[in-house]
Amino acid sequence: MSYEIKLDVFEGPLDLLLYLIRKNEIDIYNIPIALITEQYLSYLEMMRSLNLDLAGEYLVLASTLIHIKSKLLLPPAEGDGEEEEGEDPRAELVQQLLEYQAFKEAALNLDARPLLERDVFTRGAASEEEQTTAAEADDAPIEVDIFELVTAFRRIIAGLDRREELEIDMEKMSLTDRINEILERLSEEGQIAFSDLLGDRTDRKRIIYTFLAILELMKLRMVRAYQSGPFGAIRLFPAVEG
Amino acid sequence: MEEKIAIIEALLFASEAPLTVEQIVLALSDTEKKEIVSLLEGLIREYDARGGGICLREVAGGFQFRTRTDLAPWLRKLKAGRPALLSPAALETLAVVAYRQPLVKAEIDRIRGVDASGALKGLLDKKIVRIVGRKDVPGKPIIYGTTRKFLEVFNLKDLSELPTLRELKDLQEQQE
Repeated sequence: MSYEIKLDVFEGPLDLLLYLIRKNEIDIYNIPIALITEQYLSYLEMMRSLNLDLAGEYLVLASTLIHIKSKLLLPPAEGDGEEEEGEDPRAELVQQLLEYQAFKEAALNLDARPLLERDVFTRGAASEEEQTTAAEADDAPIEVDIFELVTAFRRIIAGLDRREELEIDMEKMSLTDRINEILERLSEEGQIAFSDLLGDRTDRKRIIYTFLAILELMKLRMVRAYQSGPFGAIRLFPAVEG
Repeated sequence: MEEKIAIIEALLFASEAPLTVEQIVLALSDTEKKEIVSLLEGLIREYDARGGGICLREVAGGFQFRTRTDLAPWLRKLKAGRPALLSPAALETLAVVAYRQPLVKAEIDRIRGVDASGALKGLLDKKIVRIVGRKDVPGKPIIYGTTRKFLEVFNLKDLSELPTLRELKDLQEQQE
């Protein structure tokens, strides 16, 4: 089975399902669950074979489809007076699809309107605003989270000379020492860039210890990490003055 | 030209954001709101009849001079490099917020079937969506709504001008 379709056109599992329904010219109120489930799963398989990041939501819907399929196969439970007679196990999914479809349409309607800065323009006010926000962004440091620190860490690791990994470094290093060293330098210099902390000695162990030390200090709320923008230098400040 | 119309025109020209009738009343204190509205309507017709490059439009609860839609290709040439267009994911998220506001993120996620965090953050950054408050349920989830800028960007007088969401009923009829 081969499908020629750009996968990134799907906005999510519901979008993919709607696409399959349209493609097969299926009545949304009478979805042949077996067929749709099979096609849906083969799409997921293809996404996986292309090494695409398969968002968890796609799997959730896959399990919902399989659940509905199994419900349809089972004979209706007897003596179950609580549940409505002959309720279609697909009803909830259909409702969700219709709702999503309505909003998808609404999104297209919104996009079809004359948009400011795309179809209509006003007297230069907007660009002024942009200039000020851009200027603000340059000055104001932004607080970085763990993920940005991890990214910075990865970048340094990637810059390592690969041969170095083979060298056996007998230098002993302790986390406490690194923490103390960072705190000492912070109290002397007021602020330090992440890369300055490493200095010229960028062996893996040192980077890891430095990184762990910073994480620990952030956790203890003894330092603050700021970044002046994406990919900018990460600077550390003591959390408390003095 | 009547002096009052000239004043209103000047006020509109000098204003960066859409100018409300209330603001015009502040300047023209001896004039009734009703009269101002009719003068504004006259001005809108005047500009439309002239067929020039700009027109007066009612957006985001006020009035603003805007360029004619069909002139966009030329304007884009000059203002190139900043097509801050919204992605399909952002548009879908925005549509849900616009029609269902005030609402929490879980509701957006449920309708779209995917996590809306990224799209929502983009919309917040662009100031098209804002945090309205926190819902008084366990976890105190954040409630979102649209901003005035949303109306300005999407050329809407107010939220009631949003085309009605095709009701599920209509969809059902269409299917039958």
